[in-house]
Amino acid sequence: MSATVDITFKLNGVERRVAVSAHMSALEMLRDAIGLTGTKYACGEGECGACTVLVDGQTVNSCLMFAADCDGRDLVTIEGLVTSPIGESLRKSFTKNGAVQCGFCTPGLMVQASHLLEQHPHADRAEIQRGIEGNLCRCTGYKKIVDAIIDAEVDVA
Amino acid sequence: MSDIQRYAAPRSLEEATDILRAGNVTIFAGGTDVMPQMKTGRLKLQPTLMNIRHIPELRGMAQAQGTLRIGALTTMTELLNSDIVRERFNALWQACDHFASDQLRNAGTIGGNICNASPAGDTLVPLLALDAKIVLTGKPNGALTSRTMPLAEFFIAPGSTKRAAGELLTAVELPLPPAEFVSEFFKFGTRPALDIATISIGLAARRDRKTLRNVRLAFGSVAPTPIRAPETEAVLEGKSLDDATIEAALAAAAKEIHPISDVRASDWYRRELVHNILQRMLVHVRDR
Repeated sequence: MSATVDITFKLNGVERRVAVSAHMSALEMLRDAIGLTGTKYACGEGECGACTVLVDGQTVNSCLMFAADCDGRDLVTIEGLVTSPIGESLRKSFTKNGAVQCGFCTPGLMVQASHLLEQHPHADRAEIQRGIEGNLCRCTGYKKIVDAIIDAEVDVA
Repeated sequence: MSDIQRYAAPRSLEEATDILRAGNVTIFAGGTDVMPQMKTGRLKLQPTLMNIRHIPELRGMAQAQGTLRIGALTTMTELLNSDIVRERFNALWQACDHFASDQLRNAGTIGGNICNASPAGDTLVPLLALDAKIVLTGKPNGALTSRTMPLAEFFIAPGSTKRAAGELLTAVELPLPPAEFVSEFFKFGTRPALDIATISIGLAARRDRKTLRNVRLAFGSVAPTPIRAPETEAVLEGKSLDDATIEAALAAAAKEIHPISDVRASDWYRRELVHNILQRMLVHVRDR
């Protein structure tokens, strides 16, 4: 048995206290210990971006982050994005543009897109493609995903 | 999976080096290398897992006495957003720009990239070309002691370095380049993002019209560690960059690299890449 670590952090705006195993990833904590299953597990090695979450305002692969390292930090997952204006416009534009096929990459892409639009509200097509290069869509529906993010820009700006 | 008996998150260098002195510690910062290596069993964790992200001495970048000091915890994103890195250390900036993905650049640190000691580590090749030194800090006799080592002497083998078990890599030091300085980095992979370099090349020199001086050339993914190429540097040093000099440099480089065949490319293909890309870089530096 690995050591247990008591951590306190903000999750989608709410303070949480959790006891986690020292070898646990932030993704395992979110899905298995807390029950927020919007953040997806796919490759488990930082290649696909399905597990993307915001930590202190920056996106990271939660599968590569130690859960214990969440202590004192501010996490936002796809569930927390619902209440933000950017999250709301992304939700609408992904739906309108049919940017969701099987849907497995969608939460990670929306979190990454929100981060991108936060930093570059007028990102052009190439900048968007660059910004989401760490997110794989196995259905290969990239065109509609980029269309959706461009659409969301109009809303956000 | 090995058991972690103790998790430590020290708040100072003093505290961290005390923990290291007690022994049997696995260090992590961003976690982007330690976590997957732990999951696949490639890295056997020590009984103590130490998170160094809260140590203030490892943060920030500062300029003093002709040197840029980069704290070990500096992330790839921070380097990419740094004016001084972009303006004066172009090769390093280019490497950060080609580093993995946004998510990984936000988490991965320069100290971690160095200590992971991959022959393909993206920042290692430009850092070698930029004459980087690293600072290692420990507490061998009860007092904090630092030593500085050229990065070129740090790597032993894949994943293996000269860092002693009781030491922490605290900073990277880069000499501020002179005027008319050029530095370039090129990484070849099958896609721009998230790829491990098939080969990479870092070149730095002071340019005097068509002549290069203080030439430093480094290669990644062509040997068990990232390497400097002193023979090729000597061929280029102080010579006019004409076609004959470039040909001679390419011949010298072919003797200094020792690539292997693996899943990413064959030995032959890596040699072709080094030949063609080094040629392109030298012509680019000459003609720009």
